[in-house]
Amino acid sequence: METKKELKVNAIRNGTVIDHIPSSSLFSVINILGLNKIGQQVTFGFNLESKKLGKKAIIKVADIFFKDEEINKISLVAPDAKLNIIRDYEVIEKRVVIIPDEITGIAKCMNPKCISNHEQMTAHFTVVEKKPVALKCRYCEKITDQDHLEIH
Amino acid sequence: MKNRSLVSITDYNQEEMLQILDLAAEFEKKPNQDILGGHVVATLFFEPSTRTRLSFESAVNRLRGRVIGFSDSSSSSVSKGETLKDTILTVSNYSDLIVMRHPLEGSAKYASEVSPVPIINAGDGAHQHPTQTLLDMYSIRKTQGRLENLKICMVGDLKYGRTVHSLLIAMADFHPIFIFIAPEELKMPEEYKSLLDRKGVEYYEYKDIGDNMDDADIVYMTRVQKERFSDPLEYEKVKNVYILRNAMLGNTKPNMKILHPLPRVNEINYDVDTNPKAYYFQQAQNGVYTRMAIISKILGVK
Ligand SMILES: [Zn+2]
Repeated sequence: METKKELKVNAIRNGTVIDHIPSSSLFSVINILGLNKIGQQVTFGFNLESKKLGKKAIIKVADIFFKDEEINKISLVAPDAKLNIIRDYEVIEKRVVIIPDEITGIAKCMNPKCISNHEQMTAHFTVVEKKPVALKCRYCEKITDQDHLEIH
Repeated sequence: MKNRSLVSITDYNQEEMLQILDLAAEFEKKPNQDILGGHVVATLFFEPSTRTRLSFESAVNRLRGRVIGFSDSSSSSVSKGETLKDTILTVSNYSDLIVMRHPLEGSAKYASEVSPVPIINAGDGAHQHPTQTLLDMYSIRKTQGRLENLKICMVGDLKYGRTVHSLLIAMADFHPIFIFIAPEELKMPEEYKSLLDRKGVEYYEYKDIGDNMDDADIVYMTRVQKERFSDPLEYEKVKNVYILRNAMLGNTKPNMKILHPLPRVNEINYDVDTNPKAYYFQQAQNGVYTRMAIISKILGVK
């Protein structure tokens, strides 16, 4: 049980472990969840071996339990992420992330002539395709596909 | 429709579109009415479009409303870097309705979300121009006596031409047959053809005009612009293929009318203008009646 061993190394007593993040998305996930702005202990592993993802990243956040709508925001950059909820060093719950039907903020419309790229405003999208993801902008109605997805 | 913004043609259902056309017909019979007294309409043109602006302002003036606004953002605070939101919030203090044209796509939708007064989209980049669609529908119904079961031929730039896309969406529910005539690079996009497939609407695609418009009731011409072509040679090859000349109209139907959103460059030869099938200048006049109807409905005076 590889994961279990790993968990012991940087074990957290209470909190959340986010596993199966593509390495390239690690910093996006940190940004989206605002982990760079919190006071709790955060540890992460980067470029870990993964059969499924090639290189994966893992984040362990002490004393934080995410709400569904919060954690689902990372689905755009880490659709295969798995969550382990830890209480007293034990995994008490496992969760997956779900791509929501609507995206507010986070993504950038790929249309350079879209108002959302020129005005200080929040972007809004409808998710028209989940895998690979395709987002329809509420304003210009253009589709932003996975290959052109920029997260901020 | 009272107090509701008109950003996209899909903001109105079929019944609401027909209400606008009926009211426009009333205004055509009696164009000068004192019904907008006390109302102020702002026309904010962040990019110039003299034709569209004059059409809206004529509509308000004929109904005795007052107009404020600007015709080009270089002469306003926008050139000093004011955001769209700030401009809209400021102008909404001075007016009951804002008509706006803006070069960025989605700008009218965003304005309608921040504005306390309704917005009419008079064009947001290559995206939407719903009042053009309603005046096109008015022109079609007026010349053909109906909207149902017509053969509509669209010629020229069917890829980027927003007017043909909106008209296609609006007409698709009236059992039309569409004929698309365009060069390979400027063909009707798949998304619109699949929409027609879903609705069971018949359509045919051709690369040249030839006799393909002979059984059409409406021929809708658009500009083929040089800057749309990645290869300038391709433009040179097709630029004269999509020009309508009087000699080509001999075998067309007697009731056929030629529409064009104007301004034209060279896609309709001047020798067509005196043919009774040419309808583009009357079409522009219909724009005033249609805009009177839209403004009156939104302000709740009709
Ligand atoms: Zn957009």
